[in-house]
Amino acid sequence: MADDVILQLNNVESAYGPVKAIRGVSLKVSQGSIVTVLGANGAGKSTILKTISGIIDPQKGSILYRNEPIQKKDPAWIVRQGIAHVPEGREIFPLLSVRENLIMGAYTRPMGEKAEVEREIEQVYGYFPILKERTGQPAGQLSGGQQQMLAISRALLAKPTIMLLDEPSLGLSPKLTHEIFEIIKRINAERGVTILLVEQNARVALKYADYGYVLEVGRIVMEDPCAVLREKEDVKEFYLGIKDSGVRGTRRWKKKKTWR
Amino acid sequence: MLQFLQLIASGVAQGCIYGLIALGFVLIYKATETVNFAQGDLMMVGGFLGLTGTLALGLPFWAAFVAALAVMFFFGMALERAVLRPLLGQPAFTVVMATIGVGFLARGLVTMIPEWGTDTHVLPVPYKDEIVQVGGLVLSMEHLVVIAVTALLILGLYLLFKHTRIGIAMQATSQNQLAAFYMGIPVRRINMLIWGISAAVSACAGLLLAPITFVHANMGFIGLKAFPAAVVGGFGSIPGALVGGLIIGIVETLAGFYLPEGFKDIAAYIVVLVMLAVKPNGLFGENLRKKV
Repeated sequence: MADDVILQLNNVESAYGPVKAIRGVSLKVSQGSIVTVLGANGAGKSTILKTISGIIDPQKGSILYRNEPIQKKDPAWIVRQGIAHVPEGREIFPLLSVRENLIMGAYTRPMGEKAEVEREIEQVYGYFPILKERTGQPAGQLSGGQQQMLAISRALLAKPTIMLLDEPSLGLSPKLTHEIFEIIKRINAERGVTILLVEQNARVALKYADYGYVLEVGRIVMEDPCAVLREKEDVKEFYLGIKDSGVRGTRRWKKKKTWR
Repeated sequence: MLQFLQLIASGVAQGCIYGLIALGFVLIYKATETVNFAQGDLMMVGGFLGLTGTLALGLPFWAAFVAALAVMFFFGMALERAVLRPLLGQPAFTVVMATIGVGFLARGLVTMIPEWGTDTHVLPVPYKDEIVQVGGLVLSMEHLVVIAVTALLILGLYLLFKHTRIGIAMQATSQNQLAAFYMGIPVRRINMLIWGISAAVSACAGLLLAPITFVHANMGFIGLKAFPAAVVGGFGSIPGALVGGLIIGIVETLAGFYLPEGFKDIAAYIVVLVMLAVKPNGLFGENLRKKV
């Protein structure tokens, strides 16, 4: 894991006003991998991503991208370095057409790459054929799943080296969630885009990711390759909802998380 | 019948002016969700700039026209940078008060400039008092110029917003500012540009209106009638602003002719009240509510 680390957070602390959202988070993402951060509502998962993409400035700690510090830089600059953010709740432009949304994804690229952008829009339509059918429609008319596809495609148009995905499964059916994760996996494999994925849906995230972190109330409490995490008792019980209980069952109220 | 058409024509011309000022309101409202109450005063400053261009500098009218628009474009951007941006994140009320303050300031300062002062001025135009006859209809050139220039300006803005990347980015920013940040769109610079365009559009309205009325420090109060135009069209809709302007202009002109004296000035507000009762979102109002 330690080799060719592309993104590294060292002891990062961020807050919304007086409320500390993440307290000393350190994590590493190596090139070409899919890394996931699991956690419940309000654990600070989105804050991690927002801090990386410069929407929030961290109060402490450093963020290294290709061994260069990127904290407290302008979000536009960070996008240009190759870090694209797919925000929680899609955040598409509702009145722009699907195509115009995609063009906005490529906003930071120089004007001279217009032909290339056109070509890439076609490639992206290859991943999500439904978007091609709806290319002229206002994005606000798309269904939730289609909007998620659009949000991912839009980020791809920025030609990212690393993509930050914030809860892509939010509000989607299990079937659609799997479809989207299959494509995320394909994007990772075919384009070599590194993926940092934040999820509440631990089951699906652990299935597709290589390495995982567990975040609780702003702190990383556990990290391991996903194959290991999947087998851990605590993760099973508290994030996957599986219990290997005996005939009499475990008395749940006595069970404590072992990491505290 | 001929008289009716005659009235419609002058109503349309008047409506174009309202429409342009309303457009200025709408552009800023869409981009920054604040109402710029200095819009009418920006128009007034534009009128005075045209006056200075033609009289003091001796430029040909159209050159002065374009120069005034350019100056106002930069003035609008400077205004955003100096007054509005420091208030970013403050409640809407604060921002609105700041724009009202800018309006007062503009009206006050203009009267202190020696050549401008408190007098009413006539903006000399090359097409003064010219008349075009179509059938039996007698149209004044001033009205035709208003309509033609408005149409050109609208076409230009349409092309900008629909077919250029920066124009699409302006729309994107107004629809979802946070997402625009995520895409690396320079939101602050875009807002500044919007203020510039809005100020230039207002100045255009002022320069078109000047030959019909006069240029004076209080001409900006016409903004109070453009406001209903924006509401009728559905605040936040660009075509709505123009259609609203045309409706207010035509209704006002007809009311001034057919109804007893006094109705001309209140006609616009009656239209707004009716509109708010019947269709509170306005004609082209977007029904997109903010989602949490």
